[in-house]
Amino acid sequence: MKLSFATANPQKLIVAIPWLWLALFFVMPFIFILKISVSEPQLAMPPYQDWIREFEDGLLTITLNFGNYLLLLEDDLYVSALLGSATIAGISTLLCLLIGYPMAYAIALAPSHWRMPLLMLIILPFWTSFLLRVYAWIGILKDNGLLNQLLMSIGLIDQPLQILHTPVAVYIGVVYSYLPFLVLPLYATLVRLDNTLLEAAADLGARPLRQFMTVTLPQSVPGMVAGSMLVFIPVMGEFVIPDLLGGPDTLMVGKLMWTEFFNNKDWPVASSLAAVLLMLLIIPFVFMRHFEQRTAEEEK
Amino acid sequence: MNQPRSLANQSWSAPEGEPVVRIEKVTKHFGEVYAVDDISIDIHRGEFFSLLGASGCGKTTLLRMLAGFETPSSGRIYIDGQDVTDVPPYKRPINMMFQSYALFPHMTVAQNIAYGLKNEPLNRQQRRERVVEMMALVQIEKLATRKPHQLSGGQRQRVALARALAKHPKILLLDEPLGALDKKLRERTQFELVNLQERLGITFIIVTHDQEEAMTMSSRIALMHDGRIEQVDSPRRMYEFPATRYAANFIGSVNMFEGHVVSHEQDMVTIASEETGSELIVHHSQPLTQGMPVTVAVRPEKLKLTEKGTNPANEITGTIQEIAYLGDVSIYHIDLPSGKRVQFTQSNIQALAELPLTWGQEITLTWSSHSCGVLSQ
Repeated sequence: MKLSFATANPQKLIVAIPWLWLALFFVMPFIFILKISVSEPQLAMPPYQDWIREFEDGLLTITLNFGNYLLLLEDDLYVSALLGSATIAGISTLLCLLIGYPMAYAIALAPSHWRMPLLMLIILPFWTSFLLRVYAWIGILKDNGLLNQLLMSIGLIDQPLQILHTPVAVYIGVVYSYLPFLVLPLYATLVRLDNTLLEAAADLGARPLRQFMTVTLPQSVPGMVAGSMLVFIPVMGEFVIPDLLGGPDTLMVGKLMWTEFFNNKDWPVASSLAAVLLMLLIIPFVFMRHFEQRTAEEEK
Repeated sequence: MNQPRSLANQSWSAPEGEPVVRIEKVTKHFGEVYAVDDISIDIHRGEFFSLLGASGCGKTTLLRMLAGFETPSSGRIYIDGQDVTDVPPYKRPINMMFQSYALFPHMTVAQNIAYGLKNEPLNRQQRRERVVEMMALVQIEKLATRKPHQLSGGQRQRVALARALAKHPKILLLDEPLGALDKKLRERTQFELVNLQERLGITFIIVTHDQEEAMTMSSRIALMHDGRIEQVDSPRRMYEFPATRYAANFIGSVNMFEGHVVSHEQDMVTIASEETGSELIVHHSQPLTQGMPVTVAVRPEKLKLTEKGTNPANEITGTIQEIAYLGDVSIYHIDLPSGKRVQFTQSNIQALAELPLTWGQEITLTWSSHSCGVLSQ
């Protein structure tokens, strides 16, 4: 055994580590999820029947139950939860882009000794627990919270605004929490952009706005795509923010999965929901990979 | 001045009309560092003007100030009589070809060339025609739909050139335009650039560190050193009559003899030098005072073999120390009794000379008083 390790190509060993990691912590759990998703629920612990059963007569029986997947299609609840998640994730990604692009651009344009402190300010919130930060938003957004007190004290409103437990609160929480994931990759792209391209554009008669629209913006698409994926994908499965800040009408897949798993104890349905979500998320990921490869080819 | 004036390119040193570019007492400093230090140059319509110098001499900074990417710390820049010192780059009638070419990687060749035409008073059809015309000019018609990453270095250079010429600028700035090409392609492109410039009649201002490139292409060269101008002259005058020791050394090879002025009568200066052993006589018209320390510069190819003692002046005798055979010429390093080393080149006219020069041989060399210069700084 020792001999084979010594003679093995060390490069292959290094590559094997992430593969092993993926197999152990992604593929294996996902196989379990898939397995649960095609089984029958039962009132026991665990709350599903194994679909490989050996009967007393020695016959091996495999019973696959695709009813859970059919249920997802038949019941509006699941489709609308998926659509709700996609809407919230999509709009949040757009909002993050609108807010994050100017931030990333400003940091990339700042004098180099200012960039690190500014990036630190972006990263700093990560030093506090995510849960605590979301709870803090409850304190800000609730009826007698900081925001309403401020607005009332300056006389802008005389009745507190109902923000908490509305979709607006979910958007605020999501954009706040995921903005750094968009700003950082976008900044990395923008800071590497070749300044002589802007000079060339200026030299050819382009005013600053046209320089930005025709050179900076198209050149930063890879960073925008990477950042958007980093926001869109986790927000699709987000559970904490809609649970804490959203209201009863906030329908998201993550929240629904929680309900199925822990309240309804219907593991098979929850698992099939998780499997469908993963499949749906792989599509944008494949799109991103394709895009990355194309830009990598262009940079050659 | 009694120097052979036919060598000078008269039209550029005293031309008629207003210069197309006037650089007036321009200084640019970055903190304590003076990149460009009080430079004044006039560049005339239709010139192929080179800014030549070693890296860090300020030539690129000067070019960038012409393009508008840097603002002078002091001084003024005029284009066609108009003060453009504070005019942004996108409003100047100037285009630049960048050293890195700076092609837009997400656009095709045709889109790159058309980029500058958006602000021109052209309709869609005229714009398309201009792009086709530009691609034909630099012979890249077949590449119209390619992206820059699909092009070779030479093709990219052509796209960059076409893009910079598309707006028909009054002045084209070229920052080390041939730096990224290999030697053969560079030599061919040099002549193409000169032909193009003559055909279009656009003023070209080029930055280069390659003296051969500047000599081949330019109507005039400004030799820069430490942010200052050493000399502005035609290539020929720059070579034959360098104004300073730096200029003499930078362009070609040169032998320099230190000495002092013995007498100065009419156009003839007599100089005594301990390094040569004989008196030196040079045609020179600028006033020099007796006893003034000067340097006499003689190009290696101006030396000829002679019999010892047959020349009243400009004669040196020494021993051959090294021979380098380059094919077309041979370079000899000769040590004089004073310890001074002299370089002497001879064309290899015959395949095998009847009396080949060999190591350790004592030879005597002379040169004409017309083919050397006096440098006082």
